[in-house]
Amino acid sequence: MACYLTTGKHFGFYWSFVTVLVLLAVTAPTALLFGFGGATAARSQFLPLRWFGTTYISIVRGVPDIAFFLFFVIALDQGFEFLRHQYLCPDWTDRIWQGNDFVVCSAAKLPLGNAPQWVHEVYGFLLAVLTFAIVFGAFAANVLHGAMQAVPRGQIETAEAYGMTRRQAFWHVLVPQMWIYALPGLSNLWMLLIKATPLLFLLGVEDIVYWARELGGTKQARFSDYPHGDWRLWYFLALLVFYLAFTRLSEVVLSRLTRRLSHGQATIGATA
Amino acid sequence: MSCWQTIQDYGLRAVGIGERLLPREGFDLCQQFTLIGSGLIWNVYFGLLALLVGFFIANAVALCKTSASPWIRKPAEWFVLVFRGSPLFIQFFLAYFIFLRIKQAGYMPWLTSAQAGALIVLVLNTAAYSGEIFFGALRTVPRGEVEAADAYGFTGWKRFVSIIWPTTMRLAWPAYTNEAIFLFHATTLVFFSGFPTWRQQGDALYYANYFADKTFNPFIPYPIVAFYFILLTLILIGSFGLVNRRLNRHLPKERRTRLKFRPNIIR
Repeated sequence: MACYLTTGKHFGFYWSFVTVLVLLAVTAPTALLFGFGGATAARSQFLPLRWFGTTYISIVRGVPDIAFFLFFVIALDQGFEFLRHQYLCPDWTDRIWQGNDFVVCSAAKLPLGNAPQWVHEVYGFLLAVLTFAIVFGAFAANVLHGAMQAVPRGQIETAEAYGMTRRQAFWHVLVPQMWIYALPGLSNLWMLLIKATPLLFLLGVEDIVYWARELGGTKQARFSDYPHGDWRLWYFLALLVFYLAFTRLSEVVLSRLTRRLSHGQATIGATA
Repeated sequence: MSCWQTIQDYGLRAVGIGERLLPREGFDLCQQFTLIGSGLIWNVYFGLLALLVGFFIANAVALCKTSASPWIRKPAEWFVLVFRGSPLFIQFFLAYFIFLRIKQAGYMPWLTSAQAGALIVLVLNTAAYSGEIFFGALRTVPRGEVEAADAYGFTGWKRFVSIIWPTTMRLAWPAYTNEAIFLFHATTLVFFSGFPTWRQQGDALYYANYFADKTFNPFIPYPIVAFYFILLTLILIGSFGLVNRRLNRHLPKERRTRLKFRPNIIR
């Protein structure tokens, strides 16, 4: 049994847990960055920028996220290839969308047709990260937008009274103070992000769901010699336990963080 | 082929009425709108039934969580923890394989179909999420109202039904509205998890995915899904708003709780 659980295929399975963790580690800051951008855009004084920010927030939130996941992976892929095509093959005369086909010159293919397998995998993974960041960026933008408005008005007025410019007041007064207001929303978002990671499977990345199906199943023609029956039930049970432990751990850590950060702030969490 | 013909052929395709094969050519706007719209039948089916059944279970769960006896409280707490702490996607897969085992043992073969099995998962999932919302609301019922009920001589079940429960619903309703919206959005996951799609009778996203695969053009089918879901969300907000108005009708205007559209879509 112990020997069976250490086969090469199983190491693929174990590595996929690392994939998920890497995805979380990369996506969370990127999404936060997108969210910050979106929130700043939504409160900008420049009207088109404000429209862009509010539209970004409201559209992504109104539609099932999985529709976005399926959409962005193809759309981003085609977008990148289209841009490279414009840049690399300027004298191409055929149309790019030919009926039901999307054709770009071979130099613009992403990844290049002759690239090794790992490049394809990394590219798929990067597309997935970008998609997650766009979708979760909208959620984060919403949270940060609310947090910026929750900072007491008096703080900004004081900053203005001290002669700070708008920009200085934003960076030195508003941004340092908004985090405590944003933290409950952001920790909720982190939980959602953890629970969205199995959707990687739909984006074509070989993640834990992929391996659990693969290893537990018996019907694959190539691997018909698995020494067991249909074990997918147990593999998915293991995944369930993994996620439960992970969300529980995050909950404990985040509640500690909230307690520490609310120290000395004029919120209910600190005074009560 | 005229658009009316397409609607006749594919309008009810998702429930197995009309043309047998999915369209293989053309893929014009009319086809996409019709077929994706017919898939929406399943989204509404899953959403409405899960919401209805889940509402009752959620109330029971919330009550069990307030119980003093650990024999009642602990199971409810574990139920909520398991369903809220794990991804819905994994729950679908796990449930499917459990149902498959039951089927192989010779009982209840209908459980492995998406229409029954996935519905059970959705019911339990929404029961856990809304149970937690109701539990939170139950704990924030103003003490004064309970004391007033005591003073008027209300006890036990009567006090719960006519004083505590209506206030709980009133307090929980805005959050519950959001939960209902998530639930409808979550129904799109059904046909992408383990459950098989029988005779290509799928939901809206299933057909959108079909079109995107066939045409390599994601810019038409997915916005159509988005359009349908925004419509569905607006209808939901409207009807939940009516209930909210009724729940708040005894309060002065400025104390009424407002519905806010604030969905966090992913489970």
